[in-house]
Amino acid sequence: MKKNISIKITSDKLNLQTCNDFVHDDACGGIALFVGTVRNSTKNKAVKRLGFSAYEPMAIKEMYKIAEQALEKFAIHKIAIHHAVGNLKIGEIPVIITTSSPHRGAAFDACQYAIDTLKETVPIWKKEYFEDGEVWVNSHP
Amino acid sequence: MDIKILFFGIAKDIVNKNSIEIEVNDTFNSVELKSLLKEKYPKFDAINDFSLAVNEAYIEGVYALKNNDVVAIIPPVSGG
Repeated sequence: MKKNISIKITSDKLNLQTCNDFVHDDACGGIALFVGTVRNSTKNKAVKRLGFSAYEPMAIKEMYKIAEQALEKFAIHKIAIHHAVGNLKIGEIPVIITTSSPHRGAAFDACQYAIDTLKETVPIWKKEYFEDGEVWVNSHP
Repeated sequence: MDIKILFFGIAKDIVNKNSIEIEVNDTFNSVELKSLLKEKYPKFDAINDFSLAVNEAYIEGVYALKNNDVVAIIPPVSGG
């Protein structure tokens, strides 16, 4: 893995400080952070918890690909993409993305690019658990 | 030849297995595999179409499978 990329999938709690510290760089004037949190409802229906599962080896590869593309497309120095798997309660953190750049614009843009692309390509799935059942997100027409 | 199929997300619930191994003829391709799965598990027709990955990389169109390939059934992803 390149020294300026940190990719992780874990069943442990994600650590914002770790992601922040990884991208910290004396040549950079800013760090952008995206923290995904478990929302308490979907389409006005109360969500109890979410379950995340991944095709881990491929998900790692796809996340790495996103990081490399972000480094290529934007003037960032470092990027971290960490994703959690397993059961997460309301308010807990399934994903953290951090980027650093000499000037803030690139860090914001790269962070947005990384989360948007992750949601389209990385083989990770989320199941929503309600009072009266459970649903795999995006799976039904 | 032999191929291994991995199931994830809703596909895993439909098949009720993490993986299966099947023996197919040597010219078997990804489109035939999709048809075979939909025939064997009609519930696949009721969900959004799935993508395929071979040996941990997405494939598109008609892809000629090789002996010992590992094919993953990738329902629409929903990470983040």
